[in-house]
Amino acid sequence: MSDRPAHIGQPHLRHNALRHLAGRGAYVSDLQLPRMLHAAFLRSPMAHGLITALDVEEARTAPGVVAVFTAAELNARCKSWTSGLGHFAGMVSVPQNILAEREVLWAGHPVAMVVARSRAEAEDACERILLDLDELEPVSGVDEVLLPGAPLAADGLESNLCFRTELKTEGVAQAFARAAHVVEGDYAFGRHTPVTLEPRAVVADYTPSSGQLTVHHGTQTPYQFQDIYARQFGLPDHKVRVIAPDVGGSFGMKLHLYNEEMAAVAATLILHRPVRFVADRLESFVSDIHAREHHVRARMALDADGTILAMDVEDRTPIGAFSAYPRTSVVEGNQSIRLMGAPYRMPDYRGELKVLFQNKVQASQYRAVGHPIACQVTEALVDQAAALLNIDPWEIRARNVVPDDAYPCTSPTGYQFEKLSHEKSLRLLREMIDYDGLRRDQAELRNAGIHRGIGLATFVEITNPGAAFYGVGGARISAQDGAVVRLTPGGEVHCAISVTEQGQGTETIMAQIVADQLGVNPDQVKVTTGDTDTTPSGGAAWACRGAGIGGETALRAGRKLARRIAEIAGAVLQADPDTLALRDGAVVDAATGVERLTLAEVGRIATYRPETLPAGTDNSLSVAQHFAPTGYPFGFTNGVQAALVEVDVETGMVRLLKHWVVEDCGRIINPLLVDEQIRGGVVQGLGPALFEECLYDENGQLQNGSLADYLVPMACEMPDIIIGHVETPTEDTILGAKGVGEAGTAAAGAAVMNAVNDALSPFGARLMQTPMTPARILAALCVGQG
Amino acid sequence: MTLPLHLTVNGQSVAEHVEPRTSLADFLRDRLRLTGTHLGCEMGVCGACLVLLDGKPVHGCLVLAVQAAGSEVQTIEGLAESGALADLQRAFHERNALQCGYCTPGMLITAHSLLETTPAPDRGEIRTALSGNFCRCTGYESIVDAIAVTIERRAEGAGA
Ligand code: FES
Ligand code: FES
Repeated sequence: MSDRPAHIGQPHLRHNALRHLAGRGAYVSDLQLPRMLHAAFLRSPMAHGLITALDVEEARTAPGVVAVFTAAELNARCKSWTSGLGHFAGMVSVPQNILAEREVLWAGHPVAMVVARSRAEAEDACERILLDLDELEPVSGVDEVLLPGAPLAADGLESNLCFRTELKTEGVAQAFARAAHVVEGDYAFGRHTPVTLEPRAVVADYTPSSGQLTVHHGTQTPYQFQDIYARQFGLPDHKVRVIAPDVGGSFGMKLHLYNEEMAAVAATLILHRPVRFVADRLESFVSDIHAREHHVRARMALDADGTILAMDVEDRTPIGAFSAYPRTSVVEGNQSIRLMGAPYRMPDYRGELKVLFQNKVQASQYRAVGHPIACQVTEALVDQAAALLNIDPWEIRARNVVPDDAYPCTSPTGYQFEKLSHEKSLRLLREMIDYDGLRRDQAELRNAGIHRGIGLATFVEITNPGAAFYGVGGARISAQDGAVVRLTPGGEVHCAISVTEQGQGTETIMAQIVADQLGVNPDQVKVTTGDTDTTPSGGAAWACRGAGIGGETALRAGRKLARRIAEIAGAVLQADPDTLALRDGAVVDAATGVERLTLAEVGRIATYRPETLPAGTDNSLSVAQHFAPTGYPFGFTNGVQAALVEVDVETGMVRLLKHWVVEDCGRIINPLLVDEQIRGGVVQGLGPALFEECLYDENGQLQNGSLADYLVPMACEMPDIIIGHVETPTEDTILGAKGVGEAGTAAAGAAVMNAVNDALSPFGARLMQTPMTPARILAALCVGQG
Repeated sequence: MTLPLHLTVNGQSVAEHVEPRTSLADFLRDRLRLTGTHLGCEMGVCGACLVLLDGKPVHGCLVLAVQAAGSEVQTIEGLAESGALADLQRAFHERNALQCGYCTPGMLITAHSLLETTPAPDRGEIRTALSGNFCRCTGYESIVDAIAVTIERRAEGAGA
């Protein structure tokens, strides 16, 4: 075995980046197959209605058109799907089909599909379809959707309540009754959407002679889709191959089931030709999941010296007319109410969640599911308490976080924490930002009429999920991963693994981990991902599991192969395998380091001269290993963020001056890649805090569904982001790594909201709604001064 | 209806027939299979489709293929092969200034044009120059760093 982790922990560069830098990425949207056809969809212009007439005859004869499908043809090919998880008792959602049959449920709901020689011809033909709808009253509000007599978002529902749950400790009422202070607020979070730069893309290709369905699919979870396509279309799963090559951003958006991808599969099963669908940006806005509209009423109870006693939270989160498949749209709210107050020693808690139906685009998991809501509400209340009690915001956090020596412990919402480092993280952040200096500058600048604010936000992130997440609820979503690692005949290494790459650097860190087990350089390890035919089945990429679970899988597979190599070498050398180690591309004597046999020689002998090995020697230079997390149900991480902003009180404009993150993701495999995950995540949290919102009118029409109207963060508005680390490895695995992909997004919005409110504090103004647009800031200033 | 189209792409002359409504980006991607030019919005706001038209950056999604008749087009593939981007590519790689890579060709073309036209932009000017390039993955800082380092290295190289 190799004994020195020479590559884990090093900032290795990503090899696969070189292709992208030369314009040689290979995305699904780039793919052209022989005889390939292009799909376009006629979509409902109304948010809610009944189809009274649908005539596609003229479209059928339009130039270039090969087929026009309605629900009658396509839905018949595919079983309907209904969202649900066993552990969300009482959750409801109506069954879904590929195309609307009778009722349209949102503006953008696909009603008919045109398949043509080119996308342009398919779009032209869509215009020749006649669709008549009787408009039904759309459901678009929040509290009023639950009033008796309110219109229902979909036929078959008894109410617009998808799910309700309540968590409650026994002492919560008493805690509020004896509290010296209570702070509270109503917090609103705007619906936003992931906006991956490459839109959703699929090329579905069925070959009837072999019965093989191959789906080139820009997704982060190819095995999940292999299973879905097999079951929904009645195919054996080994005849379904899903290939996810380069994916131009995913962030949770590309793991949900969408009507258009299912339609492309149904169409190739009928037409026996490859069918391509690539969303244009306008379609993305009305069909990619939206996320995180929440309306939260929250209170926090404290004793006289500022110790947090309890929180009481009511979260209402509208999701669209049905819950997304296969993960449900309930997980977002479930995590939001369970993460409230997570960093703090808070004995009592009540959290109530209501997930509501509306006639809007489906809303579901997006990077940092639920975290930004819990963090922003908790951290806003902590700042309100600090102001009320006249305690410094850093100080009140330092007093209340769970002490670093108090682990393991369990939150009042039931989360079990193995070991977190809030105190250490807060101390490191304070040093990094020169907190006292910042406060001095702030006071001076205030006298000069310049309004700066400093915002802090501690956070806890859920990573390394076990089967508790989905599997126990009956969903066919894998919490385990698999790897096949082999020594090639030439003495190089190949690793095929189920975790996938969307630019995080998955392939690079797997190469580092495997290299260390085999005593080679990461350059000698080729890693392949994203193809259900050539890699073992596993969960792939979701909920920050790649490094922690995928990495452990790679590590164990690498060790297994190292053992096999030592056994073969031992047989050749007539040495005890336990006395051998792998170093610098060779089998060496473990005690002296003297080279005994190169890996190339092991590869040669085992492959070409196996008859020279003693009888009974296993010459298998390929090993397979699966790994499912055991121990804690989740691997929690923690950290703290700080934002420095300047608010122009005349215009309401916010300038982000600087942002800091201290993060503890356990063992760091590659510091370069970890930091860039954090930075990208922070910016995805800053967007919805300041700019991003899907604006709907009362008729359920999206008002800003284009990249010109929907504001995303651009380079000129974003700050530099400074990162510090604390490393508390998990003891649940040999590797000790946890996830980091969502940490940035979890707390960036909370930090910047607290910073803006800090800047506005001299005016008595406070924002409780994101995005914090200039208009909302000016309105808050008016109220503050009014 | 199609129209004849003659132009030069990455130094090679091209003669094709195109529909008048075909955008330059679609022509490059679908017809010439130069798929390094990406599409993110098709309305001129994301910068994924940038190419050089007679040396100037244009949005391939907004220019019609027929408007490029008689012109010289350079795409990411041609620029990469010519070596014109070598130091930028190296800096992007070292600084990990890309994740999914979908914005990367447009970022490189913006950076290349900035460095051609502005001798020594500071970080603020680099950020401003990138204001038409959307990246959802990186948070931009690594891209700004990579461009800044290239400027430094070019200045050192020129001085040496
Ligand atoms: S695709 Fe041309 S600018 Fe976005
Ligand atoms: S690297 Fe993915 S959009 Fe920039």
